[in-house]
Amino acid sequence: MKLTLKVWRQANRTAKGKMETYQIDEVSPDMSFLEMMDMLNQQLMSQGIEPVAFDHDCREGICGMCSMFINGEAHGPDRLVTTCQLHMRKFKDGDTITIEPFRANAFPVIRDLVVDRTAFDRIQHAGGFISVNTSGNTQDANAIPINKTDADHAFDAATCIGCGACVATCKNASAMLFVSAKVSQYALLPQGKVEATERVVNMVKQMDEEGFGNCTNTGACEVECPKGISLENIARMNREYLSASLKG
Amino acid sequence: MSVFTSSIGRKIAMALSGLFLILFLTQHFAINITSVFSEALFNQLSHFMGNNPIVQFVFQPLLIFGVLFHFIMGFVLELKNRGARQKAYSQFKGSANASWPSRNMIISGLVVLSFLALHFYDFWIPEMNYKYVEVLPLNETRYFEEMVHKFESPVRVGLYVLSFFFLALHLHHGFSSSFQSMGANNKYTQAIKPLTTAFAVLIPLGFVFIAIYHHLTAF
Amino acid sequence: MATLDSKIPKGPLAEKWTQHKSNINLVSPANKRLIDIIVVGTGLAGASASATLAELGYNVKSFCFQDSPRRAHSIAAQGGINAAKNYQGDGDSTHRLFYDTIKGGDYRSREANVYRLAEVSTNIIDQCVAQGVPFARDYGGLLDNRSFGGVLVSRTFYAKGQTGQQLLLGAYSAMNRQIGRGKIKMYNRHEMMDLVVIDGKARGIIARNLVTGEIERHAAHAVVIASGGYGNVFFLSTNAMGSNVSAAWKIHKKGAHFANPCFTQIHPTCIPVSGEHQSKLTLMSESLRNDGRIWVPKKIEDVKAIREGKLKPTQIAEEDRDYYLERRYPAFGNLVPRDVASRAAKERCDAGYGVNATGEAVYLDFSSAIIRYGKEQAHVKGMDENDAALVKKLGQEVVRSKYGNLFQMYEKIVDQNPYETPMMIYPAVHYTMGGVWVDYNLMTSIPGCYAIGEANFSDHGANRLGASALMQGLADGYFVLPYTIGDYLADDIRTGRIDTEHPEFEKAEAGVKAQLEAFINAKGKQPVDYYHRQLGKIMWNQCGMSRNEKGLKQAIKDIHDLREDFYKNVNVPGGTNEFNEELAKAGRVADFLELGELFAKDALERTESCGGHFREESQTPEGEALRDDKNFTYVAAWEYKGDPSKAQLHKEVLKYEEIEIKTRSYK
Repeated sequence: MKLTLKVWRQANRTAKGKMETYQIDEVSPDMSFLEMMDMLNQQLMSQGIEPVAFDHDCREGICGMCSMFINGEAHGPDRLVTTCQLHMRKFKDGDTITIEPFRANAFPVIRDLVVDRTAFDRIQHAGGFISVNTSGNTQDANAIPINKTDADHAFDAATCIGCGACVATCKNASAMLFVSAKVSQYALLPQGKVEATERVVNMVKQMDEEGFGNCTNTGACEVECPKGISLENIARMNREYLSASLKG
Repeated sequence: MSVFTSSIGRKIAMALSGLFLILFLTQHFAINITSVFSEALFNQLSHFMGNNPIVQFVFQPLLIFGVLFHFIMGFVLELKNRGARQKAYSQFKGSANASWPSRNMIISGLVVLSFLALHFYDFWIPEMNYKYVEVLPLNETRYFEEMVHKFESPVRVGLYVLSFFFLALHLHHGFSSSFQSMGANNKYTQAIKPLTTAFAVLIPLGFVFIAIYHHLTAF
Repeated sequence: MATLDSKIPKGPLAEKWTQHKSNINLVSPANKRLIDIIVVGTGLAGASASATLAELGYNVKSFCFQDSPRRAHSIAAQGGINAAKNYQGDGDSTHRLFYDTIKGGDYRSREANVYRLAEVSTNIIDQCVAQGVPFARDYGGLLDNRSFGGVLVSRTFYAKGQTGQQLLLGAYSAMNRQIGRGKIKMYNRHEMMDLVVIDGKARGIIARNLVTGEIERHAAHAVVIASGGYGNVFFLSTNAMGSNVSAAWKIHKKGAHFANPCFTQIHPTCIPVSGEHQSKLTLMSESLRNDGRIWVPKKIEDVKAIREGKLKPTQIAEEDRDYYLERRYPAFGNLVPRDVASRAAKERCDAGYGVNATGEAVYLDFSSAIIRYGKEQAHVKGMDENDAALVKKLGQEVVRSKYGNLFQMYEKIVDQNPYETPMMIYPAVHYTMGGVWVDYNLMTSIPGCYAIGEANFSDHGANRLGASALMQGLADGYFVLPYTIGDYLADDIRTGRIDTEHPEFEKAEAGVKAQLEAFINAKGKQPVDYYHRQLGKIMWNQCGMSRNEKGLKQAIKDIHDLREDFYKNVNVPGGTNEFNEELAKAGRVADFLELGELFAKDALERTESCGGHFREESQTPEGEALRDDKNFTYVAAWEYKGDPSKAQLHKEVLKYEEIEIKTRSYK
């Protein structure tokens, strides 16, 4: 396949970036999108151009590091995949592909397609945990049976990979899906209920301070989420927040 | 609850004020539809609404507050949300993952707001003038005539139809969305969705029907 | 050759750990506040160690090269975590888990460490549940288990096909709590460039901020390396792209012995290589072998027809299929341990029976399982068991509920529907049992420098059993290191702050800077990836699933030559003071180019076959691995002497008090 790539180039956090256009040939449909980017970088280096910086690590859709906005969509046109699992067979010979970094004030660009998502970490520091010491001297794992449905829902929420596609794709750059997934996981488990009130209040507070937008329920995040995290989690967080606020 | 400061607080406030306006809309429709089959009943109800002190001095200010709150908060949120991504994408395929109404509540909202201005100009200001400024004598049968008179102009009816189309879009997202905002997304959601959609289509359609009906039956 | 002191406590095996814990030195809570510990890596071992050390009161500095600690490659572990809970009442016990792990490791692991691992395994599950890890549960609300290769009980706890993710997020949450409290200072996007040793003790590291390129000095009273394995020395592996040996290799060069580098696990069920562009390999969980049957065609003409696309695997009659694992190993069948399954696949492909264009793939077929489950479901639901279409539909639903996410992953990558046509799989490098040599306290041969998790060598011998890596990572981090490190640090309470202006820091920093400049200034023709791929090819061809003297000698020479060429001709664009991924990669590949040579040297030295290390010269007439217990019941710990070729061998002789060494048989 022969492709035209329009790629965002930005030297560092403060530089003013711009889109650059590159041609690439002999792309195999069996390549993953990132392998195509590898190929582009080899080509650029052989021409004396600095390679395009992009985040990636596991390349099997679980670490959440890859993060491109491809043809107007987070992780590209395919559903339930991250960019590393997107394959070139989803594109046609002669296509023009626009590749941009995830954009949000809370995700400043570090270089080219690499963005800083530590805002997510800071939200987790504010309450994304259960305050139990790691001594191992807890009660037996089977001491509290947990209803299978709750356990399964907690698991579904916990599969969030923290990639930031929800923020990138939301017209408001809202982080609600991410935060709600963590709040939900713990809210659904008896172990997490003890601190549920403080957790939701603190995490939402931090989320707001990071400069994410507000949720307007467009549902775009759920569609673009590579792990299919459900909007039900956002509703659950709203509920948790409401009840936490009413409790004072 | 920190309604004005936290993102979720604002979201819940939007939902509550929206639901309040939906309630008002339903009530408004219930009265208006009577005009199609009974001039007398319509006049009677309008007179009650226009002169009952509780309606006038409790509900009316509440309604005005509700409208203003929903509008101002909506506007504030829109500005904040736009500000959350100062550098825009060069390509953003919003239609790939969200419906047009959900992404453009500000547009449908502004259309509805402009309509409200017209509506106030048409009905509310003359009404206030009649009752409180000029203090004209009570006339329990004037309402139907006044309304029909307004629908004589095809331009106004056209604007009316257009506005209600946008109201339908606004409701289509807003009504079901308000449940999500308040945390109700559960086993009943499957049932709520069709109901809110039906409401969003039928109520504006009903208003449009009333307008066209009077436009066509006048003279 | 010197021998090594593994510091195994005296006393009966089952009481060693308890007694040791009671006897070692402690640091008082007030003094812990005065002590700094650096942890490099935030996978299961690093994250759990950071969290626990911080909770105990130490000041922890954690480093990871990823943008968040949550992204460490432990996250990709699929199948599960073992623990001797015996919740299923199927006869499991600490001793059985210990025995299975020693046997699975082909009697090349340290008995006392493995016993301790089995002992603390149950605490891990309790701990994780308390942290909110959503393990799979049955309808009664209790924890569910499944079975893995090489064992006869169900002791594997799991969270669908994402157990590693859930456990890592649990450890990450424990870290978050401590970061929020200010007890851990987190350094994301930082790479450890060197270890600083002062007066023979590990006293800090030199790190590079990967965003700004700035070189930083970080001092501490102890340094913990939890940087994972070195599977990426093969270029293509199931490791993450960034997984590297550098932290472990840097401490090796500063005096830590490197043990058994040639013990590498080649996982039998991975998606085969599709072309030259390939950047990494994707694992398909071992759990698939519970229901999938592995085969190749019996007739070579069928193989040819398949490769030419004239024949589909579903068209080959049952009697023309060779279910080679079931044929060779009737007792364990498709659930033989990983090393055995991988070698058997290679044997068939080498004989010309590989089923894809490259000749390196075998089938993993679920059609029997689909029919079996379908009939079962039809029976349960009172439907017609002879309706083939119905049975297939019901069976596919069962398979989807068990392995749905894996099947989806396969389909996304290969573009074939595994419900309809058999999967194609081939072995790939997955895990490295070898690593930094540590004593019973997990301390390396540098005082104050520790290695935990996959980075050390201690628990898996020559082959690791499925679902044991997660167990070891968390055991080391949560329950072992936090105790044993106190024994060393008890002597350090009066040391005070370590000065980063010390000449050793300056020297280390200067060395790091010089190397980075050298990469930039080489201005050669070939990109870093070229060298990494070349190295990977040498490693895979000569040090892969089977090894021989001639090939290993060739590999040593080839790697040496490649390394020389690398320093002369590598092309690293950009500068040192910026975000520069090529520069970061260059440093990692430079270390792989040294490790690779030591790897081959170790493989050459060990003329026996054991576990994942198969020497063609040492096999039974049936082609099974043949151990040489008389000469090789030891850990080969290599000391750095200025160049990998000059590395000096130290032997830690393995003594088995509790168990009898037997020939490993799965027939």
